Amino acid sequence: MTRTRVRGRLPVGLVVPAVIGLAFLLVPLAGLLVKTPWTSLSTLLSAEVGEALRLSLVCASLATVLCLFLGVPLAWLLARSGLPGRGFLRALVTVPLVLPPVVGGVALLLVLGRRGLIGEHLDAWFGISLPFTTAGVVVAEAFVAMPFLVISVEGALRAADPRYEEAAATLGASRWLTFRRVTLPSVLPGVVAGAVLCWARALGEFGATITFAGNFPGETTTMPLAVYLALETDPDAAIVLSIVLLLVSVGVLAGLRDRWISGPS
Amino acid sequence: MSKSSALVAVSAALVLAGCGSGDRPATASGTVTGDVTVFAAASLTETFTRLGDDFEAAHPGTRVRFNFGGSSALAQQLGQGAPADVFASAAPANMKQVTDTKTITDAPRTFARNRLAIAVPKGNPGRIGGLADFGDAGRKIALCAEQVPCGAASRKVFELAGVTPRPDTLEQDVKAVLTKVSLGEVDGALVYRTDVKAAGGKVESVEFSESAQAVNDYPIAPLAKARNAVAAKAFVDFVLSGEGRAVLGAAGFDVP
Amino acid sequence: MTLNADLRVTRGTFTLDLGLTIAPGEVVALLGPNGAGKSTALRALAGLLPLTSGHITVGESTWDGADAFLPAEKRPIGVVFQDYLLFAHMSALENVAFGLRARGTRRDEARAEAARWLGRVGLDGHARTRPRSLSGGQAQRVALARALATGPSLLLLDEPLAALDASTRLQVRSELGRHLADFGGHTLLVTHDPLDAMVLADRLVILEGGRAVQTGPPAEVARQPRTDYVANLVGLNFHRGTASGTEARLDGGSTLTIPRPVDGPVHVVFPPNAVSLHAARPEGSPRNVWPVTVDAIEQHAHTTRVRLDGAPNVLADITTATLADLRLRPGDALWAAVKATELHVYPA
Repeated sequence: MTRTRVRGRLPVGLVVPAVIGLAFLLVPLAGLLVKTPWTSLSTLLSAEVGEALRLSLVCASLATVLCLFLGVPLAWLLARSGLPGRGFLRALVTVPLVLPPVVGGVALLLVLGRRGLIGEHLDAWFGISLPFTTAGVVVAEAFVAMPFLVISVEGALRAADPRYEEAAATLGASRWLTFRRVTLPSVLPGVVAGAVLCWARALGEFGATITFAGNFPGETTTMPLAVYLALETDPDAAIVLSIVLLLVSVGVLAGLRDRWISGPS
Repeated sequence: MSKSSALVAVSAALVLAGCGSGDRPATASGTVTGDVTVFAAASLTETFTRLGDDFEAAHPGTRVRFNFGGSSALAQQLGQGAPADVFASAAPANMKQVTDTKTITDAPRTFARNRLAIAVPKGNPGRIGGLADFGDAGRKIALCAEQVPCGAASRKVFELAGVTPRPDTLEQDVKAVLTKVSLGEVDGALVYRTDVKAAGGKVESVEFSESAQAVNDYPIAPLAKARNAVAAKAFVDFVLSGEGRAVLGAAGFDVP
Repeated sequence: MTLNADLRVTRGTFTLDLGLTIAPGEVVALLGPNGAGKSTALRALAGLLPLTSGHITVGESTWDGADAFLPAEKRPIGVVFQDYLLFAHMSALENVAFGLRARGTRRDEARAEAARWLGRVGLDGHARTRPRSLSGGQAQRVALARALATGPSLLLLDEPLAALDASTRLQVRSELGRHLADFGGHTLLVTHDPLDAMVLADRLVILEGGRAVQTGPPAEVARQPRTDYVANLVGLNFHRGTASGTEARLDGGSTLTIPRPVDGPVHVVFPPNAVSLHAARPEGSPRNVWPVTVDAIEQHAHTTRVRLDGAPNVLADITTATLADLRLRPGDALWAAVKATELHVYPA
């Protein structure tokens, strides 16, 4: 039901900062577009770019799946379990948000690296070594991106009416069944929004990835890494790579938005 | 990280230049005074910080401000008009980027040379004996990406030695390579000799014969648009002086 | 298999202390003002809230007690919540089938049973409808079907008609009455609406401040209220006093003449329509007559209720004709009169 309501003029106090804010976000992107060497676009799009793009999309998607598997239950634990010290835990969960990603990468190396606390045993017992592998990229991206998912899902869970879960219990549903059939469907928009944020963050991840997983074409060189290195020698190529990443991500996000996160209309 | 920190430094420099409270240009008489802004390669961080202190001591009333970063990033910032008085690059190529834009008038002069060294974790667990071991797929190897100066130098070395390296990662700068070595994530890496020295006891160095043939020149030049041309020239002279050479030499640079 | 409960729950300064017995097939209404502890009692019976002490037993099995607690999902119960809490992402049929599925019924069997229940509550064509497309009355019936589909031994109804508008309410109430009559288990109806309680329940339990203040069949409670709250609910003038012969001295200090001689503490009640109002002191037959002033006038559907200050305070229902005659306004001084034969007096 759409109905236009006439409510007088929009308040200047809101419109002016809003327009400045929009410009602040969009003008740098416009700058990229203006500087793009459109004529030489095709020559700059090599097989390596395709490889990096494919790797970026695959890794960001896998990282999002990993975050969903671990992050949704974590959000549930924070929102519903009545665990003591939840406030503190919630603050800890957001640490990757404030941590410089490179530091996050170093931290991952210290734990999962070849000589790391856990990595040492993974290597010795199973011969698994995460650094310099595609799996390492997924781990680094998931580490940095998971807070976005957890915070988003936890917010949705806290806003959801817990009485529906009680209703399910009175119908004989276990907590697990209730979570699967009642809670999760009711917070699905929050889960999707969180997953999209998480995916977008993972796609743009640079610092933790290059520190933990290194940079090797076809293996760990994602688009942001390719952009950074291209910037060293060929700024034009860097701009082209950025534009490609930008177009693909905007395309995917816009597609998802129409499908899933449509607002009330 | 180096990119973003460089950006922060640039914006800070812009703010300072804009406010310009302590920014007094040298007088025509040639007295060295006021602020000098130096854009210098990240590998010069320790030595130039030291030289800056010494310069200020030698010329009371001067203040040296540094913006350390990757040479190519610095060259791009200068190309976009970042305000600076002196540029010290880790590679002639990046210096050429700047001279091509006519932002430098004096010919750049080489003030130091750096050579590559094999860095291995403490105790050399991967038993790296020389460059040949870099072609072994069984060993974990880190190199600089070819787009950055140390990567270009590494490639030259491997060509000279006739070795095809099998790296596991191509890092964005030499400090990142060094991190991988000091954490033991790789068995061996090629870095600058100065970096091994700066890392103290955390990494060890393995000698190799081709190192002398792959040296990297560090050029320095005052910028044409320097706001403080006199002090800029004085700082360049100071780096090239005996005092400057001593500091650079102690850090592991070859000085011409 | 009688349900026997001694519900004791302490939460902060509030204490619920309620003994409750429900026979199979019996509908007990728990009636009380907001904050009386009705919801607490319901949640305790549902297993959503453990008792602080006391017990809940049904026949041989203990649901809550000193060393046993059966959580909600293990109790054979059905609950109809005040705003129904239908699962928005499921169809009406899936909502009704949910409890059966949760208790292990096979999918197709559960759906067939759910469809039968939808038919029973008159929603044959709405199996695929989502809750948000159902009317209030339909949603209520889906909620009832969902609660009954699992064949519970205890049915809990939490203000089941409160969310309905007046017109649907009447119909849904009578339908609900039919379903409750068919239901062989124990039913507890929580409500603050006396009409729902009177129509649907076999027995009322009046809860005030966490305690039962009166219990009995609806007719008895309606005729002989024991607290101001109940009297107010059933719309009677209610006074406490001490009788001696045909005179009752009320707690407020005034006296009323009563129809039959009694001695000792009594409650005196009379309906508002037994009170007549007069501009001048009426003469004649032995009546209870006393001066009053008008405090408030409320217009109801067919009568006008006048709230009067005096000794004692009194409610009077008058016709529109009387209202026009007296031209009442707050503050007017009048005489109230009640025949002794209209007074109902019973021991306190």
